[in-house]
Amino acid sequence: MKLSYAWLQEWVDVSWDANELGSRLTMAGFELEGIVTNAADSILELNITPNRGDAMSVLGLAREVAALGGKTLTGPAWRPVAAELPDAFPILVDEPAACPTFCGRVIRGVNNQAPSPAWLTARLQSADVRSVNPTVDVTNYVLLELGQPMHAYDLSTLNGEIRARYAHPAERLQLLDARTVTLSDDMLVIADCNGAVGLAGIMGGARTAVATATRDVFLEAAFFAPPAVQGRARRLGLHTEASQHYERGVDPTLQQQALERASSLLIEIAGGRAGPVTRVHSGAHQPKRGAVRLRSTQLTRLLGTSIEPAAVTAALIALQMSVREVPSGWEVTPPAHRFDITIEADLIEEVARMVGFDAIAEREGAGVQHFPPLPRECPPEAAVLEAMSARGYHEAITYAFVDPQLQQRLFPERSALALANPIASDLSVMRLSLWPGLLRAAAENQRRQQERARLIEHGVCFAPADGAALEIDMLAGIASGERLPEQWGVPRPERAQVDFFDVKADLEILLAATGAEDAFTFEAAQLSCLHPGRAARLLRQARPVGWLGELHPEIARELDFTYPPILFELAFYDALRVAPGAYAEVSRFPMVRRDLAVVVDDNVSLSALRERVTLSSSSLLRQCRVFDVYRGPGLETGTKSIALGLIFQDFSRTLTDEDVDRNVASIVAGLRVSLNAKIRE
Amino acid sequence: MNDAADLAARALGAIASSADLATLDAVRVHWLGKKGELTAALKSLGTLPEAERRAAGQAINAAKVQVQNALDARRGELERRQVEQELIAGRIDVTLPGRGEERGALHPVTQARLRIEALFARAGFDLAVGPEIEDDFHNFEALNIPANHPARALHDTFYFPDGRLLRTHTSPVQIRAMLARGAPLAVIAPGRVYRCDHDLTHSPMFHQLEGLVVGENVSFANLKAALHGFLGAFFERDLAMRLRPSYFPFTEPSAEVDISCVFCAGAGCRTCKWTGWLEIAGCGMVHPNVLRASGVDAERYTGYAFGAGIDRLAMLRYGVSDLRLFFENDLRFLRQFRAF
Repeated sequence: MKLSYAWLQEWVDVSWDANELGSRLTMAGFELEGIVTNAADSILELNITPNRGDAMSVLGLAREVAALGGKTLTGPAWRPVAAELPDAFPILVDEPAACPTFCGRVIRGVNNQAPSPAWLTARLQSADVRSVNPTVDVTNYVLLELGQPMHAYDLSTLNGEIRARYAHPAERLQLLDARTVTLSDDMLVIADCNGAVGLAGIMGGARTAVATATRDVFLEAAFFAPPAVQGRARRLGLHTEASQHYERGVDPTLQQQALERASSLLIEIAGGRAGPVTRVHSGAHQPKRGAVRLRSTQLTRLLGTSIEPAAVTAALIALQMSVREVPSGWEVTPPAHRFDITIEADLIEEVARMVGFDAIAEREGAGVQHFPPLPRECPPEAAVLEAMSARGYHEAITYAFVDPQLQQRLFPERSALALANPIASDLSVMRLSLWPGLLRAAAENQRRQQERARLIEHGVCFAPADGAALEIDMLAGIASGERLPEQWGVPRPERAQVDFFDVKADLEILLAATGAEDAFTFEAAQLSCLHPGRAARLLRQARPVGWLGELHPEIARELDFTYPPILFELAFYDALRVAPGAYAEVSRFPMVRRDLAVVVDDNVSLSALRERVTLSSSSLLRQCRVFDVYRGPGLETGTKSIALGLIFQDFSRTLTDEDVDRNVASIVAGLRVSLNAKIRE
Repeated sequence: MNDAADLAARALGAIASSADLATLDAVRVHWLGKKGELTAALKSLGTLPEAERRAAGQAINAAKVQVQNALDARRGELERRQVEQELIAGRIDVTLPGRGEERGALHPVTQARLRIEALFARAGFDLAVGPEIEDDFHNFEALNIPANHPARALHDTFYFPDGRLLRTHTSPVQIRAMLARGAPLAVIAPGRVYRCDHDLTHSPMFHQLEGLVVGENVSFANLKAALHGFLGAFFERDLAMRLRPSYFPFTEPSAEVDISCVFCAGAGCRTCKWTGWLEIAGCGMVHPNVLRASGVDAERYTGYAFGAGIDRLAMLRYGVSDLRLFFENDLRFLRQFRAF
């Protein structure tokens, strides 16, 4: 809110200049956001926290300043207006719980045509309030000064009575801002015999609004209980000064004083004669401020420092609390406007605020002496990301909500969780995969002339499951552009676009780091967003834990990729769970290597070939490496030659040629029989 | 027959004029080989009269030693010269760049988070986590923010049609940690949070750090020490810190945490809006209602909690002025964070 320094001076004798005042208020919980100074005044823009509705007025801040500076509250001089007319307009309150106090008064013969005096419009302007006409200006003035929202009706438009009641279902009301709203039956309205004339505590109606032609007015100052107002304005898309005050809480004892203040101001500037004040009040529903106990031990324990008892008492009294010293500490009754003080901790905060948070010395807490286990199998995130960044990947962080169209295009068979109130239509569903975000990021980079991109992301994806959502921790990557960064001395074939096997090698680095390399298999599989012949499902001990593949060329075209990028995605924990490694003995005897060129049908996979080699040989075979794959001249169409390096070794002796020959013969025979393989000489 | 001195003089001349190792070897064969001149001279000693034989033998042997030494010396020199030539021929341009893959990097927000986690782990804090899709109870109710509470308006919550929501802060992890572990405890919970707000200083998704310590005599003084210690360690310098009274429904007392501006050391600059202070966190003593909602005896235990923006900490550490840069994933931006 904006606070006029000059206006504040009317209420309390401030000895600080505007800057000092700003920093004092900041350190008391009312953060200064800026000061604008002109010849006549300084306006302080202050951030009032939602618990301190009582401070959203000149009076409220004057109380704080008085408490902080040890001053007394003064206030401008004015007198209640005596009734000169007998006119009293009937006030009925159907809902005393929602409206414990309703004060109203008739004022006739007001000259609403003359402009408000300059001093008043200047005050309004200091708070960014526009001058409308004297009656409306006075109600606004009182709100700014005392924090009591007020409303004025054109008396000639009111029919029969003023009644506080809940809205009838689907009742409609045209508001002051000309909008018509449809009300629900938990919204409190002010009505006359013709229907609603205002939304209680939020905004008045257009039908009964005060205009410049208005001569007779009915002034209202009511206390609405916060629960009867909270949330209603937001539901209707409204946000008014009045609703802000009532939602946070208004002093329940202030209504009559505000009404008198408004009457006296109005008659002073626009003339008119007043009727008596009518006050409809329900004592049973009036908020009560109960006494709150403050133990000196708890004060010391919570703050971690001890404060002189006399200083505690003085701080509380300065805040207009009534304080009784008891053996264990204090019994404190907050004033009517401090609805935020209900428990001991609230009082401790007040005491700390008054002595200043700076006065509480820092003290290190006792060290925690326990050792939570580090789950060995949990893949260390930092090491995983570091391993990938050593292979050229930059970590990306993309939004968890993605474009539904893109996601649908990638995963047409899966449904995603949709937000009820997305920030944009292309950020409206929760991601099923990290790919939509990474594809977007890679495509954006390509647009920014960063053709070669290696991106990795670690984050949760959201899989809808029976109304709930499963949050799965995923690791995904994308690689686009050339295999290597542009550089000298790289042979031409090495300058090709990145392919499946380049990224597979990156992935294999991670798989090797789990210590369970042998548990993983890649199997050819189909995913609609990937190239049907260049996609693999990753299995760990036969359980699917991820995907690797080339983006489907059609989707690559739609996303404007020059070449289809390679993608992978892993379930972070399931795929990368670390297996505790155990040492395996190393043989001290020499290795023997035999190379074999095997010609097989093109659709025989390496894993099938390898499996057959393993089955056909003895335990002397240590390793079966692939060092070449060839298709082309010299081979029948539809066949390929795979060059294998077979490595034999024993733990107890040096192998003889016969040992190795026997094994190779057995492998060759096995391959011939089961895979119809030919051995290339 | 030439005398030994003459032979030696000729041999030494041939050695000196050998320009390479092959020529030198031919010279060696010519003089010292089986059919070499000096070898032949030695063999011809038998033809000399008895009286001369001894002196001539000594002279030839001396000549052989002299020639052999000269050969060795020359070989050493020629070998050295050859190595020198090979080294000259093998010279490379060391200013050419290295070949292979470039280095990637961890995202600056992740780097900041890992740094925070490491610092708190050293101070004895455990890591706690919670879901990003939350229910009303954990995100609001249990944190003393009932329906219609004005503080809800400040949260700009993303909802799902069934009433669940994307967590607006990491504070629900406080509730989950206390329910799961009970008191006493000391945890931090870094994580992603969401608010429907988007401008220069707001992103609809960002990262928060939550801290919670509950114990029998945990105090506001302890909170101040922990925050000051952490912030000093994070920014690697002595910082001034001040706590300003504020309001959060889940703490009482509540405070905003300011540190002296890390760019101007408090003198005033654009980043701190000429105040010398940077708002860095919110904190307070855990509200008894929150302890109770989490099954903790609010009479026996007290606790402090704090929340800070990890993105903001990263922005200050790396001098990034626009929050949105963190989520654009522009490689030209990401490449700048390759340092360990």
